[in-house]
Formats: sequence, structure tokens, C-alpha cells
Amino acid sequence: MAEEDIPMEEGGEDNKELEVAPALIAIHPSQKSLAVAVGSDLRVYDLHEGCALSLVDESCKSYHKDSIRAIQYGVNGQLFVSAGDDKLVKIWSSNSWHCIGTICCEKRVSAIAISNDGLYVCFADKFGVVWLINLEEKDGIFSLVNEKAVPMLSHYCSIITSLEFSPSGQYIVSADRDFKIRVTMAPKRPLGGAHEIHCFCLGHSEFVSCLDFVSSPDCQEGFLVSGSGDSTVRLWDITTGSLLDTCEVGAKAGLLESNEKEEGNFYAVTDLSAVPECTTIAVAIQSFKGIILLSCNISVKSLSITKMISLSGEAFIPTCLGISMSENVLWMIMGISKLQGLDCSSLIRIRAISGIKQSNEEEPIVLEDSEVPGGKKLLDKLQGSISIQENAYLAASEALKKAMSSLLIKKQYSVVNREIRKRTRNDRKLKQ
Amino acid sequence: MVDQEAKTTHNKTTGLPRKRFYRARAHSNPLSDSHFPVPLFPSQFDYSLHYPHFFPASSEHDSSKRIQFADIGCGFGGLLVSLSTLFPDTLMIGMEIRDKVTEYVKERILGLRATNPGQYQNISVVRTNSMKYIPNYFGKGQLRKMFFLFPDPHFKEKNHRRRVISPHLLDEYAYALAEGGIIYTITDVEELGEWMKGCLEDHPMFEVLGDEELEADPVVKLLSSATEEGQKVARNGGQTFRAIYRRITP
Repeated sequence: MAEEDIPMEEGGEDNKELEVAPALIAIHPSQKSLAVAVGSDLRVYDLHEGCALSLVDESCKSYHKDSIRAIQYGVNGQLFVSAGDDKLVKIWSSNSWHCIGTICCEKRVSAIAISNDGLYVCFADKFGVVWLINLEEKDGIFSLVNEKAVPMLSHYCSIITSLEFSPSGQYIVSADRDFKIRVTMAPKRPLGGAHEIHCFCLGHSEFVSCLDFVSSPDCQEGFLVSGSGDSTVRLWDITTGSLLDTCEVGAKAGLLESNEKEEGNFYAVTDLSAVPECTTIAVAIQSFKGIILLSCNISVKSLSITKMISLSGEAFIPTCLGISMSENVLWMIMGISKLQGLDCSSLIRIRAISGIKQSNEEEPIVLEDSEVPGGKKLLDKLQGSISIQENAYLAASEALKKAMSSLLIKKQYSVVNREIRKRTRNDRKLKQ
Repeated sequence: MVDQEAKTTHNKTTGLPRKRFYRARAHSNPLSDSHFPVPLFPSQFDYSLHYPHFFPASSEHDSSKRIQFADIGCGFGGLLVSLSTLFPDTLMIGMEIRDKVTEYVKERILGLRATNPGQYQNISVVRTNSMKYIPNYFGKGQLRKMFFLFPDPHFKEKNHRRRVISPHLLDEYAYALAEGGIIYTITDVEELGEWMKGCLEDHPMFEVLGDEELEADPVVKLLSSATEEGQKVARNGGQTFRAIYRRITP
């Protein structure tokens, strides 16, 4: 009943204040460079040269104008793609950092993926349509074949939260806010659309937020892992769509009191990242000041928590994770596009953990700012300022949590409120 | 008292519900968030609740019988009722997004079961948005027939993506249909008929049925005669437009 007393709160309609975006991080496959996005700002740091890179866009002279929602390097390290709320998908050469092409979309972009050969870039919009951009390569230089993207598949009017090509390139996997993971056969002629659904991975009881593949030498496709708003990480066999194991990371991390679960207060898994060439998965979860490491047992097909690494000293709750193919470092970022009531307009903090592959001698170690690859100079260039007040962290994590749930969780209205809302529907107003 | 009230909504002689007590809006927005329960995956769908005759609660043996016909947007259920006696051993489900109409069909089936013992046990109805939740109800290749009879035409181009037959939704229908399964569509709106035919024609996983096959299929005749919408069109002397296709492997 208490909810009904505050209809505005419940409505949450187009509340601009809620529209904040988390900061994102992406690492070049061989850790040549590192890219960070916060709001409309895209910053890249060259780790080999030890300097910040400037991005050049001759084609239309405009950079992103609104929050960037997805950034990614191609598997071969030639390409980098950024996209977001300004409905632009920008494809960059990750060697010269020139913009190869800009594609204008009809809707806001929520997820991107680059095919393993680098010839196709897929992006998903907020209406659930996955589009395809065709590239061609000549002497190591990529260019767009066509200025227009073609629709490939669609989740019916559901926000697509994550998009991946399977390691063998045989499947395209897409996850949405309606708890679904769809596994589609990668078509022989991609421009004709991807019509053959191989299976659905069903079992999550809230939005699916992130996907990744755990690879193993004996299983070419590897296994799919997914994180969700239901506080779980699940392991799937995408050749059959069967759920192999569920790891209740929220509950096991001790975050979830049983009474909270009943109140529907979940701590969403915000990101996960499978560590290449081993069976470790790093997981970021709302409200946990650190990272949870899971281990996937390939032979018995199970997931278990191996370690919880707390980041002491500051209230750092990672919003995005990144890891290169070659180096043994996990990068974490916490940040927000805009933070009201504080001096700084945006906030970024980057941390790193070394020894993430957990070999025999090595244990994961949280790196001090001076020990991070690139050192303080990198942090200086990418973060802006290094010292961040404790209250800014807390405000940011609260704002991000609210933004995520308002974007991805279905709004619950009481019967009375639903009737009121129906009466003030926009389309009905037009008719009068 | 409650009992009496409940009975006035039903016809005294047949025991069937009276339509005027189940009036509903003709349209529903399939894009809006749903607030009814949906199974998380097909095996969570409770068959014993819908088909108690085939899945008696007392018996331990787990029947492997699954739904094979789906009437998408079943309306008042006319087709289901006709198909029920034509294929008495096939489980069928009507899917309808409008709450009151679903209630009507539910009552109608219960009424038919009560007055015709042993019959109409193979049909049921569920309130859902089939444009969003087909994979939550049916596994891959589970269905043999899917029906889309007199769907909402959504004339405005802006609203074409609300149409229940669309290029991308056909991917999901192709997933739910077994190879050789048949999709039946019919409408009295010429423009929509062209649209549905075009979508199916362009889709690599469907092929058109030949005239002889259409002649031989007893279900085809029911499309216009068994449904309430079809009867209305016939009464007004209207035309209907069919598109009937088979699920193939490309």
C-alpha cells in the first residue's frame, strides 16, 4: 500500500535523472591499448608508447554525442567499435585510430559484437533488432562495403543486453531483458538474415545482463556463461540449450539476506569476463566492493566460487571488466556518466588485479595505482583525477543501480495506477 | 449467492458461458510489458492443470504427450472446439492476450467437458503474449500446426511491427514448428493478406502448400467456417485471403 502513496516514484517515466550510463572498459587482445568510455567521452591509452591516443574522425567530424553503451575490440585486434544512445555505431582502426565508418541507426544501440574474422560488425538496438554491417579488408585496411546496416534477427521488442559470436563462429548468441538467451545459427549469407534459431537458453528469472564463453581445449565451442539480474551466473551448453549449472553468486557472496530476496531486492550481476585459456570467470555484482572469481569444472560441467577478492581502501564496485588475451591482468572500471550534486560531472576509477589466471605459483594480487600497467600516468589520462571522495563512490553505485533497474526491470503498477496511466496514454491524447 | 451470480453468466440449458458477459476491447498492445505469469521454460508449463484427463494428478507415470497444435490469438475459441473432435488425441492450446476473452474460452471448454463427458479434454487456453513468449511454451520442433486466424491488421505503417506475422517473428515460429509442420493464416483484410503471404514467401524456412494438398487438408475448410470472425465475414459476404505454408529446412 505504501507504494501507492507515491505514484510519481512508481511511475519513473522518462526520468532524465535516472538516465545515467556506467563507465565501460575494453582491452586490446594483446594489451597494446586500453579504451575507456564514460558518457559520450571515449578515451584510449597506448600502453606500448605510454601515452594517450587521440581519435581521428575525418568522415563526419562528430564524435559521440550521447552516452556510449558498448565498446569492443575485434578478436584479431584490428578493429574497435563504439556505439550508444546517440544512435551512432563508429568503427575505428585500432592501429591508426582513424574512424573507418559511422553508421546511423534508427534506435539507440545497446550491444555490439565483432565476428571472429573481423568482416562483420553486429549491433543490437533497444527494440531488439540485431543489425549487420559488412566490412572488407584490403592489405590490412578495413573499409565498409555498405553504408547501411541490414537487419539480421530480432528479439520481439526487448532490449538486447549482450551479443556474442561463439568461439567457432558457428553461432550468434543474444541475451535480452525478457530473461532469454537466443542461440542463432550464423548464416552462410549473413546479409540475408539469420533465420535458423538453434536453441534458447532459458532459466534466468530476471534480465540477462552479460555473456561470455569459457573455452576448453576438448570442447571447441566452449561453454556459455551468463550473468543476470536474478543474482546468478549460469553455465550453458549452447549446442543443446541445456542449463548445466547455476551459481547463486548473490547468495553465496553473503549479499543476499533471505528476507531481502523475498522483497525482490536482487543484486544484479553487472558484468562477467572469462579469463582466456583457463576456466576462471571474474564476476562483478552490484553492491559488492570487489570481484568474485568462479571456477568452471569442464568435466563435470559445474560452477563454483573459488575466491572473493575485496578491494580494501575505497568503495569500489566494478561496473565493467576487461581482460586481454595475452596478459595475466584483469582490469576493472567503476564509473558513471553524470553524477548529480557533486563537483565532478562524471566519475571514473580504474583498478587492476594481476595473476588472474591463478597458476600454481601465482595468486591474484590487487595492484596499487603505481603498479598498474601504464602506472599513474595511465590513470591520470583515463581517470582525470585519482583521488575520489568516498561519498562520490556511494552516490555513483546507488545511481547506477537505479538506472539499471529502471532500464531492465519491468515496472510494477498497482491496478489503480495502471488505470490512471491508461487514461493519460499519449496515443489516446492525439486522437482527441 | 456467489454461485447464483456465477451461473447467470452462463446459458442455463447448455451450461456454456454467454459472450456478452465477456466483452473485451478488440485490440491489445503487444508491445507493452506483460503482467501475467509466464513459464520460465517449456517444462515448467503445467500440463496436468490444462489437460487433467491426459495428465491425472494421481498417476505417477509421466506422460510424454506434448502440445502439437497452437492457435495464436484464438479469440473466442471456435477453431479449437472444432479441431478438438477432429483430432481427439492431439493436445492443442489457444493463446490469447485479452484477459476476458481467455476467461470466456476457459469457461467454454469447461462447459463443453461437463456436457460431453470424455470429449474436449485435449484443448485448453492460456493468456499470454505469443509474440514475446513462444519459446517459453514450446520446445524446438514441438508443434505440428500453428494457426493465425483473422489477426489484428494494424493498418498504420508505424504499427506494422505489432503484426503477429512478421519476417523476424517467423524465425520463432519456424523454431517451434517441426519440419513439415504447417502454418495457417487467414484474414478478411486484403492488405494484411498480401503482407502475410509476402512474409512467408520471402522466408527461407517456409514453402507454399499446393492446391491438391489444400483440398485434402480437412483443417483448411475450418479456417473460415469454424471461427467467430470467419462466420462474421461470411455473414457480411466478405472475402477472405489465405496463406498456408509448410516449415522446411533451408
